[in-house]
Amino acid sequence: MTNLQLLWFFLIGLLFSVFFFLEGFDYGVGMSLRLIAHNEDERGQLIQAIGPHWDGNEVWLITAGGAMFASFPFWYASLFSGFYVVLFFILFALILRGVSFEFRSHAISKGGKQLWGWALTIGSLCAPFLLGVMFTDLVKGMPLDASGNISGSVGDFINLFSIVGGVAVTLLCLLHGLNLIRLKLSGALKQRAQALAKVLYPVLFVGLVVFAGLLLWETDFFVKRPISSWTILILIVLFSVIATYGTYKDKDVLSFIFSGLTLMGVVALLFNGLFPRVMVGNNAANSILIKNATSTEYTLGVMTIVAVILVPIVLAYTIWSYVIFNRRVPAKKVVNDK
Amino acid sequence: MYVLGVSLLSLARFQFAMTTVFHFFFVPFSIGMALLTAIMETIYVVKHEEIYKKMAKFWGKIFLLSFAVGVVTGIIQEFQFGMNWSDYSRFMGDIFGAPLAIEALLAFFLESVFIGVWMFTWDRFKPAIHALFIWLVTIGSSVSALWILTANSFMQNPVAYRIANGRAEMSSFAGLLKNPQLWVEFPHVIFGAFTTAAFALAGMSAWRLLKKKNREFYHKSLRVGLWVGLVGAILTVGVGDLQTQMIVKDQPMKFAATEGIYKDTDSPAPWTVVEKIDPKTHKTTWKVEVPKMLSLLTYHRTTGSVKGMETINKELQEKYADKLGTDMNYYVPPRTLFWSFRIMAGSGAFFILVAALGLWFSRAKKNTLQNKRWLLYVLGLCLWLPFIANTCGWFITELGRFPWIVYGLFTIADAVSPNVTAGQLWMSNSLYFLIFTLLGATMIYFSHRTLVAGPDALDQSDGYGTTVDPLSKGAFSHD
Ligand code: HEM
Repeated sequence: MTNLQLLWFFLIGLLFSVFFFLEGFDYGVGMSLRLIAHNEDERGQLIQAIGPHWDGNEVWLITAGGAMFASFPFWYASLFSGFYVVLFFILFALILRGVSFEFRSHAISKGGKQLWGWALTIGSLCAPFLLGVMFTDLVKGMPLDASGNISGSVGDFINLFSIVGGVAVTLLCLLHGLNLIRLKLSGALKQRAQALAKVLYPVLFVGLVVFAGLLLWETDFFVKRPISSWTILILIVLFSVIATYGTYKDKDVLSFIFSGLTLMGVVALLFNGLFPRVMVGNNAANSILIKNATSTEYTLGVMTIVAVILVPIVLAYTIWSYVIFNRRVPAKKVVNDK
Repeated sequence: MYVLGVSLLSLARFQFAMTTVFHFFFVPFSIGMALLTAIMETIYVVKHEEIYKKMAKFWGKIFLLSFAVGVVTGIIQEFQFGMNWSDYSRFMGDIFGAPLAIEALLAFFLESVFIGVWMFTWDRFKPAIHALFIWLVTIGSSVSALWILTANSFMQNPVAYRIANGRAEMSSFAGLLKNPQLWVEFPHVIFGAFTTAAFALAGMSAWRLLKKKNREFYHKSLRVGLWVGLVGAILTVGVGDLQTQMIVKDQPMKFAATEGIYKDTDSPAPWTVVEKIDPKTHKTTWKVEVPKMLSLLTYHRTTGSVKGMETINKELQEKYADKLGTDMNYYVPPRTLFWSFRIMAGSGAFFILVAALGLWFSRAKKNTLQNKRWLLYVLGLCLWLPFIANTCGWFITELGRFPWIVYGLFTIADAVSPNVTAGQLWMSNSLYFLIFTLLGATMIYFSHRTLVAGPDALDQSDGYGTTVDPLSKGAFSHD
């Protein structure tokens, strides 16, 4: 394995982590429309909290996908064709929620607003769940053939482990979203978000324990890479504990940062366990390794130069865009919400 | 494998065609609308006339609708290479991936971040700064076209690569960008995009003028649209001519099909305006011809013959004998290409004419457009024509490349994912079809309603359903 190959494996992991940090709270806010808002005005306020950003956040997923295609074509091809049905429904969910922001704002009738509000909620629920399922299956191992194609049956995709993984990711996103709401809103919505988070954090810990147990049982993570796996796992738990502490002690920023870090930790755990593979085969001989899955050194070099130049610029203006919107959304009913 | 009488390959191809054609309704429209909005806002900054600010806000709303649908259908594009064309991805990844990743890093972030900023900050920045945001969006979306077309140009005309380890490997990134195909395809698409939005906007304005609503507003909008449309169409047609010269050399079968020529022509070659083509017997009837014209169009000379599809088929069979055997059939669907070309090129000429007429009759000195209802109707119909022209263009480009997915290197049949089943494809095809119908209908419905409500219904809102700038002073409680 060359340094560039290693670097790009790390970068793909990083892109997915940033994606979950940013888009994770968008999903959470989308789900919370049906959990803490009591009327369309309140839903409007929740949406405003992520209005200017959700689209930019989603680009992290697109970049992760594009970068995977560019740096690991064999991984991209196996993963995306192998999880055809799962990814199709992820796309479907992303389509529904993506248009719902704009369509909801154009809807005049209450029914119209509700319809697109539901589309947002359902899309925001299904996307992280299915992503969780897919990533769990990915580390669990799939029936890969010698040419790198998955041909699995339903049980290979949907099973106890992957469902627990899906639920865990969904729950993490929901909590992350609630923490963003606490940060961005004031008044009743903020209080309800906090109340719900207080209930959900204990549930999350149960979920995490089950997930960790299954991870121990179903994967070779803790055998092959015990030190790093245990370290990351402990960190994940620690991050969640801090986020919970913030929830009970009214420390909004703290909760938000650490619920985001928890999500990043989960991605890190999975990528750490994958290494040095990119796809785990049920038959270990068919696993796809980093060193066999990448583009040429030349292409990786080009990509590295491009990333070194562009990523700081992207980060700079993205952060700037957050800074200029860094104020709370009005708690009062907005006048004449159309 | 066949399910319900359709082969897996056909299902995959149909799905690709459906998703890209649908996506490409919104891409050129959004690119062009960003430019038009930017132009309007810039006029406002320069002239300080409120009406131009109103225009930017109003057309910006329709732009945002289209942008939303464009974004969500765009994610499909990126995913489907891996999902449906995994062997293609393996073969092309070393070349295709880099432009795609750069497109995301350079273009998608720029447009999506600044679109969010632009939407919500009308009252927070100086007008000139605020206009800069929409220009950044315009640049972002135009640049995105450059990168994706870099990949497409490679598929039309592979350059700067070597074949090794069973795949195409990039030998020079600069070489990839210097592909001559790219430097006709990109301008053609981008000027086509400006033209598309310009005529769509002019068409929408014309319908409102027919109803005699908000005359000044729609009159001014119409004129901005027609100016951009006129320049855009002239440039699109000009570049289109260069493309023709190029495909005669690089993809002769595509060219012969767009002209419906089976047998080699005489020199000078006459140009067939219309004809009836029978792909089985290779007979062409009902010809209307213009003498010498094809030589003129193809070579810019009054002499020169053009090769027919039969000759080209033989030549290709020889050329690729070791790859695909000697009995491979290289014919591309002649009727689709012939008529697509006529519709596309015909609309190009039509746009120039209509824009010139519209600008002339609506000139400041003597504006008689309002009384020329026929012209307003014609302009109104131009709302739809560019979308058809774009689709026809892609039919030519993509169908004309058969049997190759990467010209001369890799066939479509080899590219499809081997493990995606026909049943799965039926499901995804049907569900995509359903949701596209829903999205398209909703988008048209909301645009129509925005149009009918007119600029006076514009509230202060720029975001999702608020009437106050959430971030203006005093609109929120600090705590
Ligand atoms: C006289 C006018 C025109 C000529 C001679 C012309 C010529 C061409 C040619 C030769 C191609 C195929 C290129 C290839 O396969 O590599 C093409 C493609 C295309 N055309 Fe046109 N065109 C004209 C007008 C238009 C107009 C008005 C539009 C849209 C507003 C348009 C949109 C497209 C698109 C989207 C493609 C596919 C992308 C590409 O290959 O560039 N064209 N055109």
